[in-house]
Amino acid sequence: MSTTLTFAKALNTALADEMESDSTVVVFGEDVGPLGGVFRITDGLTARFGEERCFDTPLAESGIMGMAIGMAMNGLRPVVEMQFDAFAYPAFEQVVSHVAKMPNRTKGKVKLPMVIRIPYAGGIGGVEHHCDSSESYYAHTPGLTVVAPATVQDAYTMLRDAIRHPDPVVFLEPKKLYWSKEDLELESLRESVGSFGRAVVAREGSDATLIAYGPSVSTALNAAAAAAEEGRSLEVIDVRSIVPFDDETVAASVRKTGRAVVIAEAPGFASVASEIVARVQERCFHSLAAPVLRVTGFDIPYPAPKLEQFYLPSVDRILDAVDDLQWEDA
Amino acid sequence: MQDPSRRSDLDHEATAESYMLPSGQPVQLVDPDGRHVHNDKYPLPDGEALLAAYRELVVGRRVNDQANALVRQGRMAVYPSSHGQEACQVAAAVCIDKQDWLFPTYRDTVAVLARGVDPIQALTLLRGDWHSGYDPYEHNVSIQATPLATQLLHAVGVAHAAKLKGENTVVVAMCGDGATSEGDFHEALNFAAVFHVPVVFFVQNNQYAISVPLHHQTVAPSLAHKAIGYGMPGERVDGNDLAALLSVLGKAVERARDGGGPALVEAHTYRMQSHTNADDATRYRKDDEVQQWVPKDPIQRMRTYLTDLNLLDEEVEKNIAEKAETVAAAMRDGLNAESEVDPEDLFRYVFTEKTSQLREQAAKLRDELSRESA
Repeated sequence: MSTTLTFAKALNTALADEMESDSTVVVFGEDVGPLGGVFRITDGLTARFGEERCFDTPLAESGIMGMAIGMAMNGLRPVVEMQFDAFAYPAFEQVVSHVAKMPNRTKGKVKLPMVIRIPYAGGIGGVEHHCDSSESYYAHTPGLTVVAPATVQDAYTMLRDAIRHPDPVVFLEPKKLYWSKEDLELESLRESVGSFGRAVVAREGSDATLIAYGPSVSTALNAAAAAAEEGRSLEVIDVRSIVPFDDETVAASVRKTGRAVVIAEAPGFASVASEIVARVQERCFHSLAAPVLRVTGFDIPYPAPKLEQFYLPSVDRILDAVDDLQWEDA
Repeated sequence: MQDPSRRSDLDHEATAESYMLPSGQPVQLVDPDGRHVHNDKYPLPDGEALLAAYRELVVGRRVNDQANALVRQGRMAVYPSSHGQEACQVAAAVCIDKQDWLFPTYRDTVAVLARGVDPIQALTLLRGDWHSGYDPYEHNVSIQATPLATQLLHAVGVAHAAKLKGENTVVVAMCGDGATSEGDFHEALNFAAVFHVPVVFFVQNNQYAISVPLHHQTVAPSLAHKAIGYGMPGERVDGNDLAALLSVLGKAVERARDGGGPALVEAHTYRMQSHTNADDATRYRKDDEVQQWVPKDPIQRMRTYLTDLNLLDEEVEKNIAEKAETVAAAMRDGLNAESEVDPEDLFRYVFTEKTSQLREQAAKLRDELSRESA
């Protein structure tokens, strides 16, 4: 039986299902208790599982992260919510110096199976500090698994995978997708095990590859649909897992199409998008008919709501980049 | 979950302030001349317990001396000495039970050893072989933290998990005076108080954060007073008085175990040597200040006290010295042996399962090494 779920409800269902099946899963953060989180992702969990399993903390991000480390050390599986992307920065030392390093420092004796949920990226008209794309900071830190779902189904399956993962996972939730809807066969999905480190072909095509993740996947799909009307067949890769990165799927697609554009909301300088471009060039140089291009945010602090339309990668900007892929001899 | 506002101790205390305020002076039970000082609140530990802890004190001093020597000989990269602070080190380790946890800093090697960790494993970090050398679960000792105060939150997490799991566990979380200025110190105390978890925060106030003196770190009446703001009791204790440390920490641990919640204990002590071997303490403190602390030495006063009790004589001293010498010899032997590091370890513990990127990089390194050796 299929159920229509929003992205937010899919995350909520994933949390509830994992809390149901594993009594060591504990959810905490700011306002995640009776309120159910500012985006309602933890809605109803305290009522259903009790305040020992889903609880509010004092307002202190480093405290939340540091306490989660200790709880994971002592046999629990914390799932913490950082209320917004840029509000996670006070916890950055705990993430970089301890979450990422403690398993390594102890040669694997201390495992930190924990999930850091971060509502992230823009497109919702949020004011400052509510729209950062912070994936590059985390992806640059060895020891962190970094994923970003782009579909309702992935929101559900990837969050369940994240909670079951033996290592710490930074789970990036594109805020603009929270209200998107899909029909899911929840019963069968409960049995399916997704896998980190695997990208998927979100749309098949033959002329060029659009590589995107998280909030940019839907934009890339819209661009591919528009290009199809103009007779150009674009393949869209949903990266899904930033760390580990699926070189194979990405390279296979680019080798097939010979052209690629990487799309991401974050500023492009020293970014995940840059890394993807480098990896594609290294692997596909002889298959490439054009340089790999990027469509990213500008190298500026995330702009105010009235300006974000000029900042975010748009369908037009993606199509312009595709037009620049040296088609003359094609 | 327990009602965090529950404060059972308040029921039989006059006011919150009298319950939380530290003593006017650091609690002292054995003075620098080795004489017992009576204290209504804190009983003197019995002689046998003190003698057992005294052994660790002497071993700890020997460990500090030996480690300094090994750094001079190039066998260790660095050693932050706790010479003069050995009573704090020993007390932190012996005030808790086997199932309890200790969260040490980089300076707390002697505490780690007193908890039973093998010296060579404990010194792996400072030797430079790996970032930590022991399994934290073997003796419930977390890794030695080098960033300041961050480990206090991990301690709160372990305690909170223990509480949720119904375990009878107390956590002693150590830090220095400098760490009390860090944000994580405050977040840890606040979290511990709000969640009412069994953590004893143990601040070794050795008067300097590398070169910065305490009065430049805080203008609070004492570091122990900081506890009040978080709603937990604070106490200050003579950090060179083994008996007082055992009594004060013991009481805080007992209270935490009985569901009384967290507490802060500040030990007043002094770092007799430089911050590390790389530091020059003469640039920021005068020798006459250092000399003032010599007569307060934790070992000498306990020796006098135990000798007067007839628990310590030449023969017992000789046995203790021999034990200390055995530990030092094992340190020398272990650290003089060439350590073996495995380059493959670089990639082994980043993720539970190596990513394809790490497999490629490991293969590249293997290839480089095989070409070098060919």
